[in-house]
Amino acid sequence: MASDKVQTITDGNFEDLIGGGTPVLVDFWAEWCGPCRRLAPTVEELAGDYDGKVVVGKMNVDENPNTTFKFSIRGIPTLLLFKGGQVVEQVVGLADKDALKKVIDKHVA
Amino acid sequence: MSTRNVIIIGSGPAGLTAALYSARANLKPLLIEGLEAGGQLMLTTLVENWPGFRDGIMGPELMGDMRAQAERFGAEIVRGNVTSVDLLSYPYLVKTADGVHRCRALIIATGATARLLGLPSERALLGHGVSTCATCDGYFFRGKPIAVVGGGDSAMEEAIFLTKFASHVTVVHRRATLRASKIMQDKAFANPKIAFEWNTEIEAIEDTGKGEVTAMVLRNSLTGARKAIVVDGVFVAIGHTPNTELFLGQVETDPNGYIITHSGSRTTVPGVFACGDVQDHHYRQAITAAGSGCMAAIDAEKYLEGLPQHLGEAQATA
Repeated sequence: MASDKVQTITDGNFEDLIGGGTPVLVDFWAEWCGPCRRLAPTVEELAGDYDGKVVVGKMNVDENPNTTFKFSIRGIPTLLLFKGGQVVEQVVGLADKDALKKVIDKHVA
Repeated sequence: MSTRNVIIIGSGPAGLTAALYSARANLKPLLIEGLEAGGQLMLTTLVENWPGFRDGIMGPELMGDMRAQAERFGAEIVRGNVTSVDLLSYPYLVKTADGVHRCRALIIATGATARLLGLPSERALLGHGVSTCATCDGYFFRGKPIAVVGGGDSAMEEAIFLTKFASHVTVVHRRATLRASKIMQDKAFANPKIAFEWNTEIEAIEDTGKGEVTAMVLRNSLTGARKAIVVDGVFVAIGHTPNTELFLGQVETDPNGYIITHSGSRTTVPGVFACGDVQDHHYRQAITAAGSGCMAAIDAEKYLEGLPQHLGEAQATA
């Protein structure tokens, strides 16, 4: 299952994860957000496609208000790509897999 | 590559109803969902005007049921986004990122997408206080003042929904009266948390430097007077744009991009049908979209029956 490759990111493990050497794609989502549910299968596929190259994880905004607030997330789904601990890309709303791959490929050799 | 009898593009009430009817007519339709799977009802909460549900039904639940019902009769529904269509070749060519499909009849049900105001500050702050989806993003504005732009039914629905979270909702409308239905107007006027700025347009949304919404600058179009109002969020509900880029130049559209239909759901290309909001800027209801989806399926079935034998006979392989 591709979903095994998607990590659960929380306020607790967020700093450690983005501080590592691998780029991290964070999907900010919530149960009550319809578009987030639509984006979920695409995020799962990306986790499989970039296995070993990008850490892909989901952060539930209900359960993790600190990180959500820190990055001024006021709309979901939002994807943030971190490299070297910094935000290098941001995608707000729905996007198809090809468009997301183009964004990620700019930062992944 | 096998040729399908019917391909349906779009998965709102129009597309799923077309899938249900063409599946029941044994046409084995393929439906390609599109990016915004389920359509605009996925962004709503309680739908109170879908006949048969006297207490209403949640939009996403209704769409899930419609989808399951179409699948029960053999409609094949796939994820994916159509990247191009070629209506000059026949059978018609439909491309997605994952592959190429051919079909004898095409049903366009791509719907319409929420429009933005077009301000530079608006795009920069999308996801950071500017939103087109109250049900998605209302949560972030608990106890905060916010604004809704627009004067139609969806603007009133968003404003009323957002009062559950926001401390105060300012409706900014460029005219002196609302376009919304009487029942929605009455609900909005009766809500103590909602105030109105009439004859007013948004000039700018602050603060792009900070990366979050802090205020909006309003201009009254009658007096020319400007004022700033402190808000944490701006919800834009000023109407929709039809999703017709794929078909421009191939089927006839009106000046606003809506597909023109005649004699039911027929477009200017034989065997190509359109239903739902992509061809309707007037009624724009779930029930009218579903009704027109049914019409498209019946029109497509009729068209396929009339095809010459050599084009129609591959039906068994579809």
